[in-house]
Amino acid sequence: MSHSSAAPSRPAHHGAAAVVATALTVRLGRLPVLHGLDFAIPAGRITGLLGPSGSGKTTLMRTIVGTQRIAGGTVEVLGLAAGSAALRREVGYVTQSPSVYPDLTVEANVRYFGAMHKKGKADVAEAIAAVGLEPLARRRAAGLSGGQVNRVSLACALVAHPRLLVLDEPTVGLDPVLRADLWDRFRAMAEAGTTLLVSSHVMEEASRCETLLLLREGRLLAQLTPAELGRRGHSSNLEQAFLAVIREQEDGDGGTPPDRTIGGIRPAGLEQRRSVR
Amino acid sequence: MDIRMMLATARRVLSQLRHDHRSIALILVVPALLLTAVYFLYENETLRPGVPRTFDRVGLMMLAIFPFVVMFLVTSITMLRERTTGTLERLLTTPVHKADLLFGYGLAFSLMAALQSLVATAVAYWIFGLDIAGAPGYVVLIAVINAVLGVALGLFCSAFARTEFQAVQFMPVVVVPQILLCGLFVARERMNDVLEAISNVLPLTYSVDALQEVAAHAEATDRLWQDAATMAAIALGVLVLAALTLRRRTS
Repeated sequence: MSHSSAAPSRPAHHGAAAVVATALTVRLGRLPVLHGLDFAIPAGRITGLLGPSGSGKTTLMRTIVGTQRIAGGTVEVLGLAAGSAALRREVGYVTQSPSVYPDLTVEANVRYFGAMHKKGKADVAEAIAAVGLEPLARRRAAGLSGGQVNRVSLACALVAHPRLLVLDEPTVGLDPVLRADLWDRFRAMAEAGTTLLVSSHVMEEASRCETLLLLREGRLLAQLTPAELGRRGHSSNLEQAFLAVIREQEDGDGGTPPDRTIGGIRPAGLEQRRSVR
Repeated sequence: MDIRMMLATARRVLSQLRHDHRSIALILVVPALLLTAVYFLYENETLRPGVPRTFDRVGLMMLAIFPFVVMFLVTSITMLRERTTGTLERLLTTPVHKADLLFGYGLAFSLMAALQSLVATAVAYWIFGLDIAGAPGYVVLIAVINAVLGVALGLFCSAFARTEFQAVQFMPVVVVPQILLCGLFVARERMNDVLEAISNVLPLTYSVDALQEVAAHAEATDRLWQDAATMAAIALGVLVLAALTLRRRTS
């Protein structure tokens, strides 16, 4: 993919942080999933959470939203501990598989989740318009395509006007035009002050973000801007760059050590990544 | 608690059901059909003068048992779906109070139960000439309390099922013993001590007792109100237990 659509490179750590994690460790049952992560997500920006499938992206998002218990370390969201009751008004979460009621219309879905935030008709109409589903507002979600249901799920989060919006793979199954539309919408929201955390395993989407968190096997490889990733990976193709960064980690002594890197990546998995290409 | 969120939940649950015409038909029509079967089952019985028809006893109790069974099933499946599709987790990330959700469910399904019981009671009275001393309004009241009980147990039990298949298997565990021991088949005084003791703690027992009061007395008796209060208290207690199964965080 070309990078004509790259985000304007504003400094990544300008202004206040919306989310701050310190030595964050999470276990699912007994299985350790996140290993002592340290990072800060800047307020009013789009942060991309990138990494291969199974790297812990969803678990990290659930931790920030407050539905996942923390085993060690801290996560502060908008100045409060993740999961605080007051954050339920401020944080929106769109799960990877769309969590909407298939037997309700688009409008009824958005209206119901809006009601949980005491939002009225105007907000409902605005949220449906934002995802471009006005013509389908009276159709039941069960009759819509996968991409359309994803957008219903997104509208159910937008209706609350959250200050922090956490989106787990929101563009999966969308055609390129819709995907571009949604990223424009995310950009507009960030410019209006919303903080967005967007996960993806499609590296081309990284260029749309202002900061990137690169996650692999539950460890943070790096936090950097797309431009920095390109430089460090010696490629304008961000997928190539990401792979180069992984290799650099595995070699251990590769070039300039990144400032926010946690080492100890096992050499396994590289073959797997190659075959994915 | 926020009354608007509770009402929004009840409205949402009802409009989910509204699109499902077949389920509505099953809920409203099946009890009436089963009552018809019971009526014809005892059609040719010979009665000594002064003895009430079996239909007046069994049919009456069935009016209370239907809403309990149906609402238990409908609620446990609906709630299980809510858990497995992720809508419950999503709801619990919003400011909604757990009680708003549970009482919203209770309200929606009680309305359905009230409709169901109105249809069944009307059929029992007008078509089959149900002959009891008390007013039909009390029959409907007990039926609705029973429905709330079914909703509460369904909400609670759905926490222990991972699939709809498992949820349905809770019926023989939770519902059938109550039907066996409630006094429908054998009067409770004639049960052995163990069974009678068990039946004393099962909520459906109190609804059968309440309906026997309605059948025997033209006016509401103290015992009827006691039974109704006991059932309501159990329903509330189970709803609280159900609320404890709703976790905002998983580990």
